[in-house]
Amino acid sequence: MSWTKKLLRVNLSSGTCTEEPLNMQWANDYLGQRGLATRYIVEETDPACDPLGPDNKLIMATGPLTGTMASTGGRYSVICKSPLTNAIACSNSGGFFGAELKFAGWDMVIFEGRAASPMYLSIENEKATLHAADDLWGKSVWEADGMLRTKHQDPQARIACVGRSAEQGCLYAAVVNDLHRAAGRSGVGTVMASKNLKAVVVRGTLGLGNIDNPEAFAATTKAGKAVLAENAVTGQGLPAYGTQVLMNVINEVGALPTRNMRETTFEGAANVSAEAMAEPRKSDGKPNLTTNGACYACTIACGRISTIDRTHFSVKDKPEYWINSGGLEYEAAWALGPDTGVDDIDALTYVNFLCNEDGMDPISLGSTIAAAMELFETGAITTAQTDGVELKFGSAEALCWAAEATAKGEGFGRDLGMGSKRLCEKYGHPEFSMTVKGQEFPAYDPRGIQGMGLAYSTSNRGACHLRGYTVASEVLGIPEKTDPLESDGKAGLVKAFQDATAAVDSAGLCVFTTFAWTMDDIAPQVDAACAGDWSTERMMEVGERIWNMEREYNAKAGLTGADDNLPARLLNEPANSGPATGRVSELAKMLPEYYEARGWTADGSVTAETHQRLGLPG
Amino acid sequence: MRKHKTRRIAPDGAVAESFMQITLKLFATLGDLLPSNAVRNVATINVDDDATLHSIIDSYRVPRELAHLVLINGVFVCDADRDQSGLLKEGDVLAIWPPVAGG
Repeated sequence: MSWTKKLLRVNLSSGTCTEEPLNMQWANDYLGQRGLATRYIVEETDPACDPLGPDNKLIMATGPLTGTMASTGGRYSVICKSPLTNAIACSNSGGFFGAELKFAGWDMVIFEGRAASPMYLSIENEKATLHAADDLWGKSVWEADGMLRTKHQDPQARIACVGRSAEQGCLYAAVVNDLHRAAGRSGVGTVMASKNLKAVVVRGTLGLGNIDNPEAFAATTKAGKAVLAENAVTGQGLPAYGTQVLMNVINEVGALPTRNMRETTFEGAANVSAEAMAEPRKSDGKPNLTTNGACYACTIACGRISTIDRTHFSVKDKPEYWINSGGLEYEAAWALGPDTGVDDIDALTYVNFLCNEDGMDPISLGSTIAAAMELFETGAITTAQTDGVELKFGSAEALCWAAEATAKGEGFGRDLGMGSKRLCEKYGHPEFSMTVKGQEFPAYDPRGIQGMGLAYSTSNRGACHLRGYTVASEVLGIPEKTDPLESDGKAGLVKAFQDATAAVDSAGLCVFTTFAWTMDDIAPQVDAACAGDWSTERMMEVGERIWNMEREYNAKAGLTGADDNLPARLLNEPANSGPATGRVSELAKMLPEYYEARGWTADGSVTAETHQRLGLPG
Repeated sequence: MRKHKTRRIAPDGAVAESFMQITLKLFATLGDLLPSNAVRNVATINVDDDATLHSIIDSYRVPRELAHLVLINGVFVCDADRDQSGLLKEGDVLAIWPPVAGG
């Protein structure tokens, strides 16, 4: 088995760090990472708790393949109740932190309570210590990372940290590891900061020697890597162009949400695309994109490492940003670009750097700024709130100002830090908020890609593309092409994607492998690493069990079928350009089909029969 | 600009040449295959009135196995239909990508 079978429990109220055995019965039922940590959350917390109170818990969890030589086996997740959605939150990150945690001998770390003053946790193999972090509080992720490296004098330590946005209560603050990888969505960084926990520094030298069948594991992981290398998407497309290659694709199919999702195509898409990132710029002849980058054990290497034009207004007097950092990735580029109407690639890159520097979810940030721009356009917000800034669609200057204010929680930035839902309610236009369950949409318009409307509305963590990425089928033809404008058959498609993704998220692998791998490629790797029989069927059953467990947690937190909804704009205002012209989301048709496929009641509750069949807790 | 003209012989023996103008977009690794008049990933080209998508794909030396995502005005055309003439009309946008993904 590749679990270490140990977890670290850190009680921040009492300042204690204790070792516990991992519940292996739960590991057999929920695998690891997303599934297993959520099982602990279900067992140990009240779903009705205040997400920013001491009764909420926050878990950093690895999967059984994290830290192994399986391709992309470096993932970890941060799991807690979300302050943005009041639903379960599970945000997945790459980089090197997760593997290092495994090398130190831990499957997961559970944080509970709240420290009386700022603290950080250091882990050196078995030794876990809480330290005062008063000097780190008020510092950005980048500053704190540097200070911690000076303190610990270990260049191989891996650090996960929250920035000033989290400290200031921004509800979509991220946990950033390795300077520019993030557990980005749903405000998991806000929960970490609410516990007065600034950072986790981890160094592990124990390695990973507990693979169940090493010979079979070597063979299956080698075979898996060959599939990734030979596949045109994972072997060529993603390393060369990254996720940003989608900017022109999604614009061309007429599903690129633009100016707070009022339109479905963006005239400036080409200016902020992957192709544009590769073009030499006038000032220095260098492209925005410096190179691609890989997370631990990844053989795809989709990451973007980029620079900002030093002559650009955002950084010309700020040499601290004349560096390479992570981004732009597609979802961030969309939210900061088309959704705000800004087609200035350097402005987008600068704001993305701010998101890395101070730990903000760029999707929620961009979408919230877009909503604020619509509020400004209608006069609900004026320059009285914005320190004189004309917060207009298309203004790169306004975008940069808004992001800076949110990163530091200053002035109107505090309103922007509430997220789109609360912002629009405060200023009297809740209909401008493009959210599900309080979380902002990612970069696919449900009017032009019907399955995504159902995936967004039923996602257990609010609007999200990574809970059921039917774009793969509906647009990209993976594994098979389906018609994006057709709603028939999408209920089953969404369910299949949701269950498979839950299993992948619980294994320690990156979901991007599924552009090439099927579960028939993944299950043998899990089977070789872990004790027991891990077939494709069992993996899918685990995924379904996790999905239903999350659903039941949300029900106990107060969410109902009525929360499986989309903003009226997407249900009533037809797309106004591209192939989807005249179309709205057909959610009302798909949702009952989905409930039936799930074995839920007509109002979206998990039935006793489904609960029993899956062996759910409680 | 590459021109593809068709010589047509009418019943009365008159000879006519017929072609139409469309927009060709080649993205990602296919961008280098665009004609020299292309701006960024977009070129205006002339094609035969009865051109099939495969004939255009072949004439720009796009390997058929890399013509994965083929859209006319944003609507996907499956491989089986790419030998069919009459799918294109004057002013259409033909956009092509190799296998790509993101998210």
